[in-house]
Amino acid sequence: MSDFLRDYLLVGLFGAVAFLLVFTFIGLASFIRPDRPTPEKVENYESGVDPVGSGWSQSQIRYYIFALLFVMFDVEAVFIFPWATRLEAYGYFGLVEMVIFIFILALGLAYAWRKGVLRWV
Amino acid sequence: MMLAELLPDSVSYLDIPIKLLFAIIAVLIPAGTTVYLYLFKMVSFMQSRLGPMEAGPYGSLQLLAELGKNLQKEDIFPLRADRSVFALAPYVVLMSTFLLAVVIPFGPDAQFTNINVGVYLALAVSSVSVVGILMAGWASASKYSLLGGLRAAGQLIAYELPLILAVVGVVIQAGTLNLQGIIQAQATGEIFGWGGLGNPYLLTQFVGFFIFMVAVQAELTQVPFDMPIAESELVSGYMTEYSGFRFLMFFIGEFATANIFAFLASVLFLGGWSVPPFVTDLFGIAWDSNWMNVAGPLVMLTKMLLLTFVIYWVRFTYPRFREDQLQKFAWKFLIPLSLVNIAITGVLKVVF
Repeated sequence: MSDFLRDYLLVGLFGAVAFLLVFTFIGLASFIRPDRPTPEKVENYESGVDPVGSGWSQSQIRYYIFALLFVMFDVEAVFIFPWATRLEAYGYFGLVEMVIFIFILALGLAYAWRKGVLRWV
Repeated sequence: MMLAELLPDSVSYLDIPIKLLFAIIAVLIPAGTTVYLYLFKMVSFMQSRLGPMEAGPYGSLQLLAELGKNLQKEDIFPLRADRSVFALAPYVVLMSTFLLAVVIPFGPDAQFTNINVGVYLALAVSSVSVVGILMAGWASASKYSLLGGLRAAGQLIAYELPLILAVVGVVIQAGTLNLQGIIQAQATGEIFGWGGLGNPYLLTQFVGFFIFMVAVQAELTQVPFDMPIAESELVSGYMTEYSGFRFLMFFIGEFATANIFAFLASVLFLGGWSVPPFVTDLFGIAWDSNWMNVAGPLVMLTKMLLLTFVIYWVRFTYPRFREDQLQKFAWKFLIPLSLVNIAITGVLKVVF
């Protein structure tokens, strides 16, 4: 196995350790914790009164719009990082290219701003 | 022959369990330290009270007491909850914390892995916790939890961007995504031809540092960005329906992540495990000598404690942002600011 893959094996193992850690503790606790669910206890909390309707309700569309904006900028970040590491080699050419790229994205943000999408009311 | 090529040599098999053990130490011990020092004690003094005093000298064993308490608590699943997702959410949150810890270097050789795209990996896995939080908020089938989960997701993705873009400035200056490379660039850097202090990027990337720390505060849903768990209106946000040990896992995840982010910030902006070259010159050793494998973790711990102090200081000083102010701050101030920061850093890098 190459060093490259071995590094990422460890990343996977770290995730597994976290999983096992939680699993072990919750497993251990199951030996000593009580387990006596009553109808009142397993009811959803709603400030002490009986819950009204379902907890799964529709929500605001603006979460969706912000998520879309996030995707736009996240993709931008993916492109910016490789450029940032090699900027010294690219010189002025790379700089101008990226300034144009950032300008276009800033334009997108300005458009969203102008449209009032960024207003959370 | 083929098998021998595929498998790592026996030495690396031996050091994997050691690394995993150290991973648990590196995540949990600093988390316990900062929670006791800052969350229990410092905050108590700020509020003119003593904090925990009963368990051990000055309440230093309070954390163990809390652990014992939470182990004994009943694990309540709400009746309408999506049981499997509800049970799985704390795992995802803690997993994100551990994955973040993989890339943090503590010395020239004292590291878990030396991944070439370390910064990238750290930023990528830091957003995994959003999934866990959203799972917790959705699966609880409670109105408070759903609102808290959605707010958390909205906030985390909004502040993820300034976090990522603030790091770009550092990457431009260092010219590498490797965290060891970034430390080397800072330790061997020069300020106008004078290398006594190295060149910690705090000096040149102070805007990036400010954006990074603000975004970290928001990523951790700490006050003043604690709208998702605002206890006076949402009870406890996405954690409302959790009890006992599963609740404690969210708690550990939050505070351990605070430490790891502080570690990351100290690597990116304060020079990581390296000390200023004039100090190493004093001892007559190289900046990456073997001694730094011993001193490095302590240096990192010091820097981490300084940064987490700031995090908790802010946490207990400022009032909560309203949801619209919070989004406005991210989208209309931090993101344009970080874009300008990238452009200016790029121009200066190419011109000089």
